[in-house]
Amino acid sequence: MTVQTFRTLFPALDGNVYGKALVYFDNAATSQRPASVIDKYARMSREANANIYRAVHKLSADATEAYEQGREAVRAFIGAASREEIIFTSGCTAAVNTVAYSFGEAFVRPGDVIVVGEAEHHSNLVPWQQLCLRKGADLRVLPVDEEGHWQLDELGRLLGAQPDGAASRVKLVAVAHISNVLGLVNPVEEVIGMAHAAGVPVLVDGAQGVVHEAVDVQAMDCDFYCFSGHKLYAAPGTGILYGKKKWLEAMPPFLFGGEMVDTVTLERTTFAGLPHKFEAGTGNFTAVATFPEAMETARLARDPQLLAAFDETCRCLEDALKARSDIRLYGASGDAAGPYRRAGVCSFTVDGVHHEDLAQLLDKMGVAVRSGLMCAEPVIRHFGVSGMLRASLLPYNTLQEVEYFMQCLDKAVAMLR
Amino acid sequence: MTIEEKQEELVEDFSMYDEWLDKYEYLIELGKALPAFPEEKKTDDRLIKGCQSRVWLDAGMDGGKIVFTADSDAIITRGIIAMLISVYSGRTPEEILTSDDAFLDRIGLRENLSPTRQNGLLSMMRTIRDLAESHRN
Repeated sequence: MTVQTFRTLFPALDGNVYGKALVYFDNAATSQRPASVIDKYARMSREANANIYRAVHKLSADATEAYEQGREAVRAFIGAASREEIIFTSGCTAAVNTVAYSFGEAFVRPGDVIVVGEAEHHSNLVPWQQLCLRKGADLRVLPVDEEGHWQLDELGRLLGAQPDGAASRVKLVAVAHISNVLGLVNPVEEVIGMAHAAGVPVLVDGAQGVVHEAVDVQAMDCDFYCFSGHKLYAAPGTGILYGKKKWLEAMPPFLFGGEMVDTVTLERTTFAGLPHKFEAGTGNFTAVATFPEAMETARLARDPQLLAAFDETCRCLEDALKARSDIRLYGASGDAAGPYRRAGVCSFTVDGVHHEDLAQLLDKMGVAVRSGLMCAEPVIRHFGVSGMLRASLLPYNTLQEVEYFMQCLDKAVAMLR
Repeated sequence: MTIEEKQEELVEDFSMYDEWLDKYEYLIELGKALPAFPEEKKTDDRLIKGCQSRVWLDAGMDGGKIVFTADSDAIITRGIIAMLISVYSGRTPEEILTSDDAFLDRIGLRENLSPTRQNGLLSMMRTIRDLAESHRN
């Protein structure tokens, strides 16, 4: 499939802002939606707007069926063993919070250790930090080096026996598949192997990873994998928590009420089985109903011809940024960078120019990028800057857009200097 | 020139440009023309809260009038605060407190800033008024 063919699936990409053709390079925040997703959302709103699971009537049955088809589409897309392992949440953030709370209640005691990556999105940092504060546990960091690569020696030390010979107290490792700032594909399999060898489960924040990498959770052998629908072509307000059944069964519910109960008396409640145990309240059934179309789009995005063109487009952007002596691109990839590949995300700073100013001028030229701390303040500070500019691409972005972006960047920098 | 006359002049200046990119260029020029702000005055108590880029605002009294000086690490923000200073510096606290800031809407500035910068603009105006209030006898 060609880029142009894929691109025509997305009505928003045809749009204009301020009378200029839109160049949408903020895909790591939200991807544009294909017409199939937009239409499904509209159709479900018209024809099947009723509460899932509860009622016997036709509309409810249709909504419930569509919800479960959404679950099956996600299960198949990430290769989970069963539908019980696919929990719908409001987003990736809610998915991580669910694990931080429920796993924390079941398994984390004072003095235990949770390990998080240094380049995590706040959504995969703050829930663990707060868990540790509640439980009197210690938060330790898997650091990144100046190239943005994990220092796995440090993880090895954390997972190893303590100096007094006692067993490691690490209870869980939580890391990003792809950092939303650095855009590098992290060696999560290696981390999972190291952690499992020490008997420690791993949560992978897949918000970016599931978009750019072919994910098979069973092959990866992660214990939890979390991501959002709105970054993966689906309607917003949706998130997925994949968890291995053995963990999900051992964890208490996070939120209470709605379909997640079995029987309720005024004194006590027994809870429903998986996946409903973790789906309190009414799920976002209209948005979840778009998952079959969204996963089909994500599958199309992995077409070999399209991916080859996308790699070329990303490389052009990376090369153009690297060619400028006044631009600092964060995170090293390429032949000299070992296993680290860059996946559609370039975060950078321009000497002597503030990222907010650049983003503001680019916006007026029709170019949408992200600027600032990008919900990942520790890693931004690690590199000693107050913010960055991020261009994040998907396979519907073109070489022409990259060229236009670089022209706009030149023009904006010239205005600001 | 009164505050109102200065505001009117700015509205006219901005109306000469059709494209917002050109209006930004004008703001950037205002920012570049803002006199240097002493490094030792860049303290946390002079930082305006609610701006994503850092903005320092200082106020002193000279013959019953408030003199504002300011700086920012972002040039567009520097332009915005420079524009506000051109309106409000050298005025008595009463003049500032009895004026309004509808000229910002007439310029179209509020709607053409990012939401974070809109908040920043609000914070700048609030700080200018707070400083005027605190310098009133």
